[in-house]
Amino acid sequence: MARRENPEINAGSMADIAFLLLIFFLVTTTMNVDSGVSKKLSEKPPPDYVPPVIKEKNIFEVNINRNNELLVEGERMDVKDLKDAAVKFIDNGGGIGKPGEDGTPGVACDYCEGEKSDASSDHPNKAIISVQSDRGTEYGTYIVVQDQLLKAYRELRNRLCQQRYNMSFTDLEAAYKDDKNNKELKEKVEAIRTAYPQIVSDAEPTS
Amino acid sequence: MSKFKKKKKGMPAVNTASLPDIVFMLLFFFMVTTTMRETDLRIEAPKLPSAVEVKKLEHKSLVCTIYVGKSKNVEKYGSGFNRIQLNDKIASAEQVPAFIINARSKVSEAEVPFMTTSIKADKESNVGTITDIRLKLRDVNALKVSYSTQKGAE
Repeated sequence: MARRENPEINAGSMADIAFLLLIFFLVTTTMNVDSGVSKKLSEKPPPDYVPPVIKEKNIFEVNINRNNELLVEGERMDVKDLKDAAVKFIDNGGGIGKPGEDGTPGVACDYCEGEKSDASSDHPNKAIISVQSDRGTEYGTYIVVQDQLLKAYRELRNRLCQQRYNMSFTDLEAAYKDDKNNKELKEKVEAIRTAYPQIVSDAEPTS
Repeated sequence: MSKFKKKKKGMPAVNTASLPDIVFMLLFFFMVTTTMRETDLRIEAPKLPSAVEVKKLEHKSLVCTIYVGKSKNVEKYGSGFNRIQLNDKIASAEQVPAFIINARSKVSEAEVPFMTTSIKADKESNVGTITDIRLKLRDVNALKVSYSTQKGAE
């Protein structure tokens, strides 16, 4: 009966040790959620590729020069006005849209609220935004321009979505993301996306 | 008199027996959420541009990152903002296809179309450099690109 009971281990310093580790992980943790402007590049065209003829009025030309200044449709513009100009261009709806893939003829844009001017785009699905920058343009400016253009699309999609489904497109997308298998939501998202497709092309930079 | 003294004598100590438990819980949380940086930066940490219309990058394992910015080694690479870093080395745009193909070999065939290239470039870099990278990416059919940005205010 010499050893009656094991003496208890002193756990008083356990908290200190744990704190030490905790502080180490607190300091080294970076909670970075990587986010960015996502883009789908166009595929490499075959060597004998002939680019389709596009009417001048369906192209919204944005030039950024090496001093980070903007030239939009031949006129100088501030970045803050770019979004409104893009909205006006996309939403013009002055003609008929692209014919459907199954051969159905194109229809006029019945949800556009633009000026229906003859000098601007025919239909949102024909409206191409072309961004041309100089090799020396600062990347920051380029991203700001891209961001403004995407904002223009967001604004139009939100408006249409609000009218059709009484919720903003941002909310609709979030709802779809939470419930990927919901057919109805998927259809709605697709409908809005095809109503205002994002067509932003990057032209080869000038040097 | 002795009665009063006894009353004054001791505030009972706060029981700290559960303190280690709480601390351990926090510790495990941070241990689980921590991601250690895999590559050392050979360029100075890029000052990312800010944008509002951003999308979160999903599937971390399917993302390959290309850094563009100012080299830390100014004597060797100069002080321009157009140095490209692939893996652990400063490289040129010509090496981008090899980098992508190498990254592809690490994931299964079915997941290749979902691979995204994240370009982390300093806002003072030039568009020319980015375009060079983009053309090379197009050559190897890596078409999903994300320009890494900070989330800016409206």
